[in-house]
Amino acid sequence: MLDAGENTKKMTIIVTKGTLDWAYPPFILGTTAAAMDVEVTMFFTFYGLQLLKKDLDLKVSTLGNPAMQMPMGGMHMSMPNIMPMIPGVDRMTTTMMKNLIKKKGVASIEELREAAIESDVKMIGCQMTLDLFELDRKDMIDEIQIGGAATWMEEAAKSDINLYI
Amino acid sequence: MADQVLDAKGLNCPLPILKTKKALKGMSSGQVLQVMATDPGSIADMTAFCNQTGNELLSQSNEGDVYTFEIKVS
Repeated sequence: MLDAGENTKKMTIIVTKGTLDWAYPPFILGTTAAAMDVEVTMFFTFYGLQLLKKDLDLKVSTLGNPAMQMPMGGMHMSMPNIMPMIPGVDRMTTTMMKNLIKKKGVASIEELREAAIESDVKMIGCQMTLDLFELDRKDMIDEIQIGGAATWMEEAAKSDINLYI
Repeated sequence: MADQVLDAKGLNCPLPILKTKKALKGMSSGQVLQVMATDPGSIADMTAFCNQTGNELLSQSNEGDVYTFEIKVS
């Protein structure tokens, strides 16, 4: 456990998105900060709560991601917003991204989440989101605590860095 | 001469940093860890990591696509 001395930097991240691509920024920043002796709290709310499930089945959608371009045979293929309307396209995009992740030596989300747990990143699941979407605490990993906006606020007020992703 | 060697070749951000931290945790003060990485981002990142954590970056070099860092545990 990190020594919470006077000089220890603190950071919180509010995690609101639950797709495969959006799962990366909070977990990369959270684990890296922890490795650099920063005390990290991650607050998972709304779709972000999906990232705390025991069984992760994360997907990526081209919908709402107009800047998405997938590398393909030395070129880049744009992913027009019309594409996810076609059955199977999101599944194909997800497979493509998972293959790229493996090929480029990028960590899986499972791996990064495990690293977060190992480095004592405090993870808070949002109680209201559990109620709202009728999610079961038992489907979430054990290493989290459940709380609300005030739980995050208490940490945020003491933190040097607060991010919303 | 390094006390421990970490092969982080082929790994991408932030894995070289996470694995470096893990390796340093198991070492004692004054010992030297040698890290080998192929991620070009690790040049800037390893320096920033050492600045922030107080471990000393003794040297960095590269041969072809491989970057080698020597870090002294604080």
